[in-house]
Amino acid sequence: MTEPVLYLDGVSVVFDGFRALNNLSLIVDAGELRAIIGPNGAGKTTMMDVITGKTRPTAGVVRFREHDLTKLDEASIATLGIGRKFQKPTMFDALTVFENLELALKAPRGPFSCLRWVLSGEARRRIEQVMEEVGLAARAHDRAAILSHGQRQWLEIGMLLMQDPELLLVDEPVAGMTDQETEHTAALLVRIAGRRSVVVVEHDLEFVRALGSKVTVLCEGSMLSEGSIDHVQNDPRVIEVYLGR
Amino acid sequence: MTLRLVLVGAVLVLAMLPALNRLPADSALHVSDFIVSVTGKWITYAILALAIDLAWGYAGILSLGHGAFFALGGYAIGMHLMRLIGPRGVYGHPVLPDFMVFLGYQELPWYWLGFDHFPFAILMAVVVPGLLAGVVGYLAFRSRITGVYLSIITQALTYALMLAFFRNDMGFGGNNGFTDFKELLGMPLNTPTARSALFYASLLLLLGALWLCSWVARSKLGRVLVAIRDAESRVRFLGYDVTQHKLFVFVLSAMIAGLAGALYVPQVGIINPGEFSPGNSIEAVIWVAVGGRGTLVGALLGAFSVNALKTWLTTVAPDLWLFALGGLFVAVTLFLPRGLIGLFSKAQK
Repeated sequence: MTEPVLYLDGVSVVFDGFRALNNLSLIVDAGELRAIIGPNGAGKTTMMDVITGKTRPTAGVVRFREHDLTKLDEASIATLGIGRKFQKPTMFDALTVFENLELALKAPRGPFSCLRWVLSGEARRRIEQVMEEVGLAARAHDRAAILSHGQRQWLEIGMLLMQDPELLLVDEPVAGMTDQETEHTAALLVRIAGRRSVVVVEHDLEFVRALGSKVTVLCEGSMLSEGSIDHVQNDPRVIEVYLGR
Repeated sequence: MTLRLVLVGAVLVLAMLPALNRLPADSALHVSDFIVSVTGKWITYAILALAIDLAWGYAGILSLGHGAFFALGGYAIGMHLMRLIGPRGVYGHPVLPDFMVFLGYQELPWYWLGFDHFPFAILMAVVVPGLLAGVVGYLAFRSRITGVYLSIITQALTYALMLAFFRNDMGFGGNNGFTDFKELLGMPLNTPTARSALFYASLLLLLGALWLCSWVARSKLGRVLVAIRDAESRVRFLGYDVTQHKLFVFVLSAMIAGLAGALYVPQVGIINPGEFSPGNSIEAVIWVAVGGRGTLVGALLGAFSVNALKTWLTTVAPDLWLFALGGLFVAVTLFLPRGLIGLFSKAQK
């Protein structure tokens, strides 16, 4: 097997004496889809913050391929190819789905380049391809403001895909979604993985089951259990701290 | 589509005004000198409104000091007009304007050099506002000062400039400013020819500015600006340097405002520090709010309609004007959040 894409070893984060992460280790391979579950306060969001450079670990190793992420800021980490979808989708309501994706497309970002920008056939195809992938092709020319909650989440995922990240971090994508939207989202994430690695943090176990991926259970900042969904659901330690309640 | 037709119609009507002014006074279609000169002035206001709309309506930069850029452009052309008076001043000094003779200047201050050339004066009417906007904008945007804080800074900027220009030792004529202009480009001012020429120059600049602003608004840059207006940090997260984009639009907007001021001054025949007063900048923002921000055409509509109202009301009931302006702003904010232009687009649907 090739080098892992994401490699965390012995990572700890201490806020004022509170250990948000405690000696956490995690390895994500190229093209892998990984679900992270755990009770509130288990350190899921802190782990995402450490990977994206928002929070600095107190100790431990965080690597993305050969890059040491503990030494980089958020912007450089994003340009290395790590995209993060936050819980609350933020997009540009006044712009259409197509225009939102166009802004996210990899292209020169300066004001003069933007002024002279002409949408090439290749760029248009890339945007259409992503709209197809996230299931928003029919809404291309609708303003983002009128999209449903689920569609907004997909547009946000689409905007991340436009930047062609190698690793996608997705935070609670199905919170507040209908069953049908949840199903669609699971299929979407499975489709996206393979070409890139995807790490999904989620509470909804049905959704995690639908992903059919390897599951990591976090508790009090450390890894409690890892394996298939059936494996972790039958792990007595997991049942005790999380599922049993 | 209908809106575009209305716009073309309005421009044609405007373009005919100076010609109708030349008709004999007893003709039914005759337009008075007053109408031509007041409309010419409104056109320059409309250009200022466009500039504000580009920064505010698209990028969300609410400048309450755009009158300063307008006034600086006016001072630049004013310096040229003063130099052209030459020995025809009251004191008859061959080089120095009257106020300098009066204040005991021996020679022209260095920053007056070059203003005897028209192209240089026009260049300065663009460059000086652009530079000022560049410096202030860079410092503000880099420190991520947005919203009401930025508005307060721009307001303070124009106020500070007003106080500075009131000082006699600044070399800009103190509280009297510049007036008593004689000619421009060899045309004696205050003649029908000069009035028409300035009117058409303003109309051309208006069309040019409208074209330029629509180009920006329709480009991807326009969409980046709208995105910055609605969710600045998200744009940053997509890898755009927000400071650069805001600076670009702010400087462009200040330059357009400066040119508008340069066409305003020869038409009204005077420029003084009162043009820097914060009230002027706020009034200009109200034109844009009334017309409908973020639409460009709305800014034009607002500038013309509010100024028409002002001209009429200050004639029939001068004391009421400020109340009317305040009331208008409140009414538009409450009942027409998209401005007058919102009525049109609703009717279109």
